[in-house]
Amino acid sequence: MRTYVLGLITNRLGSSALTLLIVSFAVFFATAMLPGDTATILLGQAATPEAVAGLRAAMHLDEPALLRFGRWLIGLLQGDLGISYVNNVPVADLIGARFVNTMRLAGIVTLFAVPLSLTLGITAAMFRGSVYDRIVTIMTIGIISVPEFMIATSAVLLFSVYLKWLPALSFASDVTSFWQVMRIYAMPVITLTFVVSAQMIRMTRAAVIDTINTPYVEAAILKGASRWRAVLLHALPNAVGPIANAIALALSYLVGGVIIVETIFNYPGVAKLMVDGVSTRDLPLIQSCAIIFCVGYLSLITFADIVAILANPRVR
Amino acid sequence: MTSSTTLPRRVSYRFSWVGMIGFAVILFWAMIALLAPHITPYPVGEIIDEDYFGPMSSKLLLGSDYLGRDMLSRIIMGARYTVGISLAAVCLACFSGAALGMAAAVIGGWFDTLLSRLLDALNSIPSKLSGLVVAAAVGSSLPVLILMLAVIYTPGAYRFARSLAVNVNTMDYITVARTRGEGIPYVVFSEILPNITGPLLADFGIRFVFVVLLLSGLSFLGLGVQPPYADWGALVHENIGGLPFGAPAVIVPSLAIASLTISVNLLIDNLPKKIRDRST
Repeated sequence: MRTYVLGLITNRLGSSALTLLIVSFAVFFATAMLPGDTATILLGQAATPEAVAGLRAAMHLDEPALLRFGRWLIGLLQGDLGISYVNNVPVADLIGARFVNTMRLAGIVTLFAVPLSLTLGITAAMFRGSVYDRIVTIMTIGIISVPEFMIATSAVLLFSVYLKWLPALSFASDVTSFWQVMRIYAMPVITLTFVVSAQMIRMTRAAVIDTINTPYVEAAILKGASRWRAVLLHALPNAVGPIANAIALALSYLVGGVIIVETIFNYPGVAKLMVDGVSTRDLPLIQSCAIIFCVGYLSLITFADIVAILANPRVR
Repeated sequence: MTSSTTLPRRVSYRFSWVGMIGFAVILFWAMIALLAPHITPYPVGEIIDEDYFGPMSSKLLLGSDYLGRDMLSRIIMGARYTVGISLAAVCLACFSGAALGMAAAVIGGWFDTLLSRLLDALNSIPSKLSGLVVAAAVGSSLPVLILMLAVIYTPGAYRFARSLAVNVNTMDYITVARTRGEGIPYVVFSEILPNITGPLLADFGIRFVFVVLLLSGLSFLGLGVQPPYADWGALVHENIGGLPFGAPAVIVPSLAIASLTISVNLLIDNLPKKIRDRST
């Protein structure tokens, strides 16, 4: 039985690897195959035919596309992300510190969002149909159906314009005390927590309701167990898998949210770097950032699937 | 006797009032988008207020923007771009997705496996990321935006249509049609499509919301609709400087987006079960 589960997981990992290959192919070709000759753009005013030809040869632009893709992919696997077009610095150096910043932001958000969503999601499921459940459901649907930047701007309006508790749209660089760090992180974290929690609450609620609807929970209630007992002791242990799955899936919404939030709050992370790269058309930088985000997103989704496999007692 | 008279009534479609409100708001924005050039109180590009980020007043109902232009006129014109681009993109996405999905379900075999693998892989690129990559590579003219949004949401439409069509495909009448010697286009459009129209329409609405949100998000980043045109997301982008003053120019476009997306969600959630899941 154990080998069967291992087989399923290996299978899932293999398919993720294949997906990643297709994705990197798509990213490479979307950026490399489209109009405009890179060498000509780079040289700008100095684009004499000889200079263009020389640069094309130096950048391997005159080689077939598939060969370039292979070269790029191998470089990527070795940690060589290429050289930025705009400031001639290795992309890896540009990303390095910012990657840590983005991960830190994501980590803090996860720390807040998971307990909050679990509490709200599970209690909403327990009291399904009550006023409390309806308020939670309406709020989550409301948050899911508006753009992320609206949540960010509303947070700014509420906390810094009307209440004046927090600074508005700036990421100060001179940070000296813990209190200042808190103030700086507050707004991005609040916004992202809202975005991610709304998804997480919805999925958790659905997962718990699925479990509560099973005959054995009904039996527990008929036997005389209180609602708390039936849910916490009978239903919840069996819902752990689906809930973990929901958490991982909801966290994948961080990828979209972080792009908006880092831009609006001027947070020095990978997403901000990428958005800036788009306006300067710095292709190696964009490719690397895109791959980083795709890897993050795919890992979360794959992780969610593996949790689902492990949590299913029929295959365990 | 009473039961026989009430019975036919119960079969007819019944909309809840929440759904009706959603529908009314959608209709309202559709009318605004259609009539936009005729109902703007001031010319869209004209600077009429000497003050920028002006408050709401009887002259300028929604205040003025960062250059002193009338916000109400800009919102009305913005409806055109937000609704128009999203509608065009979602039509393309749902049509191609549904056609491919049904074809894959009917043809099966290698065609199905390869197409599903490829589109699933594309589906696992976060949508905003694809938007950024395309904007970097080809810029963001209106046709590029529409095509890009359509391509991003085709895999989702494909997967949904395919899963519905696979169920229908096992029905006896499909076997009958095939034995009769009907070709794949006939089976797809005359046998499968009529049986999954309802759920496909609901999916169309949900995908429309996704497209509006993505378009607004990209425009907000300054990578979507480019000046001199402005959709609602772009309006928030250009007026973001008014946020510290709580200017209506920042808040109103966001509210417009929210009213549209929430209404579509409300309408879909309150569609009669008969339309929503006819196949099940």
